Amino acid sequence: MTFARVRSVPLPMAPPGALALGFVLSGCAGPQSMLAPAGAEATDVFHLSLVLFAGAGLILAWVVVTLALALFGPPGVRAVLSSRRAVLVAGLGVPLVVLTLLLVVGLMMMRERTLWPEDGPRIAVVGEQWWWRVTYLAPDGQRIAGANEIRIPVGETVTLALDASDVIHSFWVPSLGGKRDMVPGRTNHLRIRAEREGRYRGQCAEYCGGAHAFMALEIIAMAPDAYRAWLMAAAEPPAPPSEALAIEGQKYFLSTGCGACHAISGTPATGLIGPDLTRVGARRQIGSAMLDTSPETLARFIADAPAHKPGTLMPAFPMLAREEIDAMAAYLWSLR
Amino acid sequence: MSQAPATEAGAGIPPPHYDRPRPPQELVGLEEVWRLPKGWRVLSAINNSVVGYLYIGAAFLFFLLAGILGLLIRTQLAVPGNGFLSQDTYNQIFTMHGTVMMFLFAVPAVEALGVLLLPQMLGARDLPFPRLGAFAFWAYFVGGLVFFATLFFDLAPSGGWFMYPPLTGTAFSPGMGADFWLLGIGFIEISAIAGAIEIIVGVLRTRAPGMTLDRMPIFAWTMLVFAAMIVFAFPAVILATMMLEVERAFGWPFFITAKGGDPLLWQHLFWFFGHPEVYIIFLPAAGMVSMIVPAMAQTELVGHRLIVVALIATGFFSFGLWVHHMFTTGIPMVSLGFFSAASMAVAVPSGIQMFAWIGTIAAGRLRFATPSLFVLGFIAIFTIGGLSGVMVAMVPFDWQVHDTYFVVAHFHYVLVGGMVFPLFAAFYYWAPAFSSRPLSERLGRWVFVLMFLGFNLAFFPLHIAGLLGMPRRVYTYPDGLGWEPYNLASSAGAYVFAAGILLFVLDLFRNLRPGGPPAGNVWQAGTLEWLPTGNYSVRSVPHVEGRYPLWDRPDLPREVVEGAHYLPRSATGVRETIVTSAVEGEAQFLMRLPAPGWSHVVAAIAMAAFFLLLVAKAVTLALVCGVLSIAAMVAWMWRSDPPDAGAVEVAPGVIVPTYVSGPASPAWWAMVVLMLVAAALYLSYVFSYLFLWTVSPQVWPPLSRLPDAAWTWAAFGCLSASALALAAGDRVLRRAGPPILLAALVTFGLLALVGAIALDVRAMSAAGIAPTRDAFGAVTFMAPLLQGQVTAAVVVIGLFALARLAAGRLTAERRVVFDTLRLLWLYALGQGALGLALTHGFPHLAGAGG
Repeated sequence: MTFARVRSVPLPMAPPGALALGFVLSGCAGPQSMLAPAGAEATDVFHLSLVLFAGAGLILAWVVVTLALALFGPPGVRAVLSSRRAVLVAGLGVPLVVLTLLLVVGLMMMRERTLWPEDGPRIAVVGEQWWWRVTYLAPDGQRIAGANEIRIPVGETVTLALDASDVIHSFWVPSLGGKRDMVPGRTNHLRIRAEREGRYRGQCAEYCGGAHAFMALEIIAMAPDAYRAWLMAAAEPPAPPSEALAIEGQKYFLSTGCGACHAISGTPATGLIGPDLTRVGARRQIGSAMLDTSPETLARFIADAPAHKPGTLMPAFPMLAREEIDAMAAYLWSLR
Repeated sequence: MSQAPATEAGAGIPPPHYDRPRPPQELVGLEEVWRLPKGWRVLSAINNSVVGYLYIGAAFLFFLLAGILGLLIRTQLAVPGNGFLSQDTYNQIFTMHGTVMMFLFAVPAVEALGVLLLPQMLGARDLPFPRLGAFAFWAYFVGGLVFFATLFFDLAPSGGWFMYPPLTGTAFSPGMGADFWLLGIGFIEISAIAGAIEIIVGVLRTRAPGMTLDRMPIFAWTMLVFAAMIVFAFPAVILATMMLEVERAFGWPFFITAKGGDPLLWQHLFWFFGHPEVYIIFLPAAGMVSMIVPAMAQTELVGHRLIVVALIATGFFSFGLWVHHMFTTGIPMVSLGFFSAASMAVAVPSGIQMFAWIGTIAAGRLRFATPSLFVLGFIAIFTIGGLSGVMVAMVPFDWQVHDTYFVVAHFHYVLVGGMVFPLFAAFYYWAPAFSSRPLSERLGRWVFVLMFLGFNLAFFPLHIAGLLGMPRRVYTYPDGLGWEPYNLASSAGAYVFAAGILLFVLDLFRNLRPGGPPAGNVWQAGTLEWLPTGNYSVRSVPHVEGRYPLWDRPDLPREVVEGAHYLPRSATGVRETIVTSAVEGEAQFLMRLPAPGWSHVVAAIAMAAFFLLLVAKAVTLALVCGVLSIAAMVAWMWRSDPPDAGAVEVAPGVIVPTYVSGPASPAWWAMVVLMLVAAALYLSYVFSYLFLWTVSPQVWPPLSRLPDAAWTWAAFGCLSASALALAAGDRVLRRAGPPILLAALVTFGLLALVGAIALDVRAMSAAGIAPTRDAFGAVTFMAPLLQGQVTAAVVVIGLFALARLAAGRLTAERRVVFDTLRLLWLYALGQGALGLALTHGFPHLAGAGG
């Protein structure tokens, strides 16, 4: 996979041991890692993590050394360790101090996020078994449909309105921040702010039955100007297909009834059950970030979706001829 | 008879001693009444030593089975894109792994150790209700086996061990799997509660004379806190499973948002149980460590009282943390802060215990035998689990790692480190007390090394996989995300861990020899379970004067065997145990115990069949089994409550009665605990009612559509009439009035109790309220359903009391059955009144406000 690798820069506040640990850990981080932060919140939590890991290492070492002294230490040390006072200081006093500090830090970090300016776009995301329905709310009030891929402007606070249509899902893109559950009947809000351009992978984090393992998505953080240009273009219906094969494919697409479940803006296909396909050719991946988009993968998915995603509502189409499927794939590939 | 000279250990009044040698027929008589049934009939035994053995064996079997499921999981996840298991099979397997480990292994294993160890540790002959304990075992074992077997028929649940709706509702889980979970696990929880009642009464009322609470071993303290936590925690999940099953079977929409329900209600109820559950499992394991460390270091436990305070504090705090499983559900910041603080606070008592053990090791010289190795391994692993626990208590950190493999690693460190390692220490430590051969030290070291290395290799890398973004409960994962090496290492570690377990099983086969005279006190430990025992437990019950009686009086084992102490014989010719006061441990009463039999086995199997046949929708057959189960229970209870046999001597100068009623009777205590269980369940219901109202006030009807107040007052009138009949009946019995009058009053009172429910349902129906229409209807009709459940129990016990009255077995003196009935009846009246006030009264407030 060729994802933009995001390197983190630890803050100077982290102790040297934690810095070293941070480099080691982030060195092996993939595109879905909280150790490769690219968002404001994720970066804060990453630094917090380094402090926590270093602190935990120190405490563990302290316990092990104390235990070793209790086992093998000189009689004087062991007499001190076996006193009631030692139990109280080490078991009660030290934890109280450490935990109080951590609590204050945690509460301050929670408050911090509520202070971000609300300057970015609002995007509604609905979790469905097993994909993500995305709706951009354009400044003019227009709703622009998408699926499984979310584009956001860098440096702006994006408010995601999270909901679920069937069971509970959880929205999580580790490089940008923590997760938030998508509970049917409740709308949760999650604010994210990307600090750099890039592609960040996410995955459903609440077990949602069947193909939970295959419910991923990608967030693409773009320069604000590029984002706005893209959104304006996305608001328009795609150009009609020009290649012969794609024209043929559109015909099949509409005649086989694909439009009962899928919508393509500007065509009679207006189904709302499955993902919107208006710009599916421009999405980097299909099947909720399962397969890299290409005419071949599109054809494979159309022919036998359950083979890729067991339990999906989309049936296999063994009755379709190879040429029909290839033509439909070419049509979808042309939707950019 | 004269008294032996006072010893240094006993300050104040010297304990009573019998002259020796004792007449030989005393021991013959003891052996006769405590004899085990022969051959396969041993399954009808109720001695704690036999039931405890079977119980721990069954729990270990489920540990192996769920462990195999764990290996399947690790095999599937060893490499990305693996096709070893299908998606659906994997989902069933991970659901069963968690469910079986939590409900069929961890809680029963701890309860089993309590049954096995407590009587001997406390100096009792047996637990106070041996048949209840045996019933709990059989119910659990039969129900558990059938539940596990669903995997082989592709009928196992696949909604995760936490069973979150709406995924587990009929819309998304139409099969039988979820019903097996809800009814099967609900049933096994009932068995756990039965065990908890037995343990609470056993610890509080059947300690050896002189064993004050302050002298009670820490393990008994932990079992007391454990059982009390079960009493308050399990009802929440029982209510939740009832509501979800009623939603699935009859369409009452508690969790369906379109009808005003809320899936988060399930999460609150589930975690109100689920978080204490972790400590329910951990505390007794910590109690085992507190017994093993002093024995292996040959010195008294440092900070004994601090540990007791820490245990109680843990039990208390653990009920205030459940929301930390819900940090990502969108709960308001203020609540998050509160629950974050509470989650951190609970770490403090564990810190105290940890340093008390280290202090004890420092005070003595630790003997490096296998139990010590497992304790040291426990300290290391549990410390890591505790530290990662503090991390996830920090809300921003939790937002990232919640539901990832970091959390999987964390809770395996806590549960395997905090429970399985102490359990294995306990196996090696206590085996000589129950087996004629100890387990092998040589094999034991290898078992430890394999388990310790295997565990850390299996679970440490998963922390990193989680940080790299790997979510839980995925049946496979793509390559290229950097998770591969950690998963492969983890899978390898799982097999090393399993090899350790396999070696342990080999050790069991080679060396565990139950039945014969136990190998005895090979560790020179100081507590009573190391006294020589037979089927009758100790030959005579010592007067306890310190926390380590065997260290205080090196001669104690000999004196006990020679019958110098309390009750060296059967005083009444049947099984019996001394009942002592709850705090000071003064001998108060000689309780006669039941003999072996089959009725509790039949009752347990029939009840398991009742629940499981309900799942299969074989309603008629299920009802037959239900009736059979109740009939078996009546047969079992009929022989209980024997008539007064007069006062008997249990030690020189110590004369106690053989019949008591009221608060002196263990049965009264058991019923009080049961009332607490019922009350906890009902409070969970009140919470659910108010919770749904805050979420969906719009489905609560306007004032004009509420039931007519006349019905409400009529229902209250029925409850009052029932109360008056009960009070009058109590008076009649007390004054030995005419039995026919008592029978008439009880019958009338029971009818009035049932009538109140009928009026309640009638009132709601007349107002057009239906349980299937919306969440308001569902939660409103839940009140008569719960009231019906309690009332049914009152009616069964009431009919039982009437039958005993007719048979002359219920009199002014012999009245424990009536006392028991009266307590539950009073509870039912209170619950009924509260329910009417809530479901009839509250909508007026809500309607008026809105």
